Amino acid sequence: MNDEAIIDVRHLYKSFGDNHVLRDFSMTLAPAENLAVLGKSGSGKSVLIKCIVRLLPLDQGSIEVLHEDVGALDLDQLDELRARVGFLFQSNALYDSMTVRENLEFSLRRHWNAAQRKRGADAAVLEALTDVGLAHTVDMTPAELSGGMRKRIALARTLILRPSIILYDEPTTGLDPITSREISQLIVSVQQKYKTASIIISHDMHCIDITANRVIMLIDGKSYANDTYANLRKSADARIQEFFD
Amino acid sequence: MAQQKIYIRFLDEVGATTRFVLRFFHELIKPRQEYNEFFRQCYWIGYKSLPLVGITALIMGLVLTIQSRPTLVEFGAQALLPAMVSVSLVREISPVITALICAGKIGSGIGAELGSMRVTEQIDAMDVSGTNPFKYLIVTRVMATTLMLPVLSNLSNAIGLYGGYLGVSIRGHVSWHLYWTQVFNALSFGDVIPSLIKTFFFGFAIGIIGCYKGYHSSKGTEGVGRSANSAVVVASLLIFIIDLIAVQITDLLGLT
Ligand SMILES: Nc1ncnc2c1ncn2[C@@H]1O[C@H](COP(=O)(O)OP(=O)(O)O)[C@@H](O)[C@H]1O
Ligand SMILES: [Mg+2]
Repeated sequence: MNDEAIIDVRHLYKSFGDNHVLRDFSMTLAPAENLAVLGKSGSGKSVLIKCIVRLLPLDQGSIEVLHEDVGALDLDQLDELRARVGFLFQSNALYDSMTVRENLEFSLRRHWNAAQRKRGADAAVLEALTDVGLAHTVDMTPAELSGGMRKRIALARTLILRPSIILYDEPTTGLDPITSREISQLIVSVQQKYKTASIIISHDMHCIDITANRVIMLIDGKSYANDTYANLRKSADARIQEFFD
Repeated sequence: MAQQKIYIRFLDEVGATTRFVLRFFHELIKPRQEYNEFFRQCYWIGYKSLPLVGITALIMGLVLTIQSRPTLVEFGAQALLPAMVSVSLVREISPVITALICAGKIGSGIGAELGSMRVTEQIDAMDVSGTNPFKYLIVTRVMATTLMLPVLSNLSNAIGLYGGYLGVSIRGHVSWHLYWTQVFNALSFGDVIPSLIKTFFFGFAIGIIGCYKGYHSSKGTEGVGRSANSAVVVASLLIFIIDLIAVQITDLLGLT
C-alpha cells in the first residue's frame, strides 16, 4: 500500500473466544509521524499495539514493522526488532525491585555488550533521565515516585535504546490535568529531538490535540475514521462527535 | 463430563509444564548467562533459608533419637541408636524435610514474585524491550534452587546428626568421639550418594514449578495468590513422587 510506512497493519483479525476484538483493522504509520488511536475503553486499542510487538499472536492478517513481517521472525530476530520499538505500558510496568538506574540499564544488558555497557551505560542513563527531566531520581526506587514521574521514567527506559518507533498506551490516563499536559508536551519534544514515530493510544482529547498529526478512530474492531484532529472535530458523524463531547 | 474436563485440564497442565522444562534447557545452553542474578538468587535461596532449615534439622535429629530409644532399649539394642538415627536422617528424613521446607519457603516466594511481575506487566515489559525474561528470571532461579538444595540438605544432615548427639546424651553419657565413629561406621556411600543425587531433583522441581506457576500467573491479585499456593502444593507432591522413584532405583541398583 505504502512503501514508506514503518508500521503497516493489514486486515488484522484478533479474537478471544467469542469476543471478536479486531475485525479487519488496517492502518499505516509514516516515519516521524505521531498517530493517535482513539477508541472507547475495551475497544481493543491495547490489543492492537500488543499485536504490533507480538506480545499477542494475531489470528489473521499481517503486520510489518520497520519493513519486517512481525509474525515470521524467530525469537532472536524478534528481540532485535523489539529493541527498535519502545513500548509504554498503561501501568508503566517499572521493575519495582530495582532502582531507577537499574530499570534503565536493564534493557542494555541484552543489546549492548559488556565493554559498551562499561563505557557508556552511565552516560546513557543520565542522558535518558535528563530528557525526561528526572536526572535526580537515579537512585530512587519506583515506589518513591509519583504517578507522573513513573510515566517519565517509563519513557526514559524506552528512550535509552534509541527506538525508531514508540508506542504509548494511554500515557495520560489517571494523571491530573496539569501532569497530563506536561506528559503530552514531553511526547512532542521527544519526537522532535529523536525524530521518532509514535502511536499514541488515548481518549484524552487534550493529549491528542497536543501530540497527534493524525487520528484513527477504532470502532467495532475497524478503523472507522482516519483524519486530522481538526477535520474530525468538524465531522457531522454522530459516532465521531461522541468523543468530542 | 465434568470429570473428563478435569482430566483434560490435568493433561494440558502436564503438557505445558513439560514444554516449560524443555524451554528451560533450550535457554540454559544459549549464550550470555546472567551470573549476577544467579548468585543473587543463590544467596537469597541458600543463605536466607538456612536458619529455618537448621532449626528444623536440629529438632528432627533430637526428636528422632528420643523417640527411637524406648524401642531399641526393649530389644537391648540402644548401642545401635547413633547408627539408626544417622541412616534414617541421611537417607530419608533430612533431604525430604529440607525439600518440603524449601517448597514452602522458596517455591511460594518464587511463585508470588514472578506472579506479581506477570500481573503488573513487568515480564511483558522485559519481553518488549527484547531482553529475554526467561533467561534472566527463570533460568537463574531454577539453577539456583537446583544447586542450593543439595547444599542445604547436607547442612541439614550435619545439624540433624548433631541434634541426634544431643538426644543421645540426654539419657546417659556417650562420648562425642564414640558417637561420630558410630555414625560414620553406619553410613556407606550407598546411603549418601543416592540421597545427594535426589536433592538435585528436589531442587529442580521446586524451582521449575515455582517459576512455571508464577510465569503463567493469571491476571489479578487473586492469580498471584493462586500461583504461590499451587507452586507449594505441586512441588510438595512432586518431591514425594521423586522420592518414591529414587527409592525404587536405589533398590534396583542394590545400593541398600
Ligand atoms: N489476554 C486477554 N485475554 C482475553 N481477553 C482479552 C485479553 N486482552 C484483552 N482482552 C479483551 O479484549 C478487549 C479489548 O481489550 P483492550 O485492548 O485492553 O481494550 P482497550 O481499548 O481499553 O485498551 C476487552 O474486551 C478485553 O476483555
Ligand atoms: Mg487499554
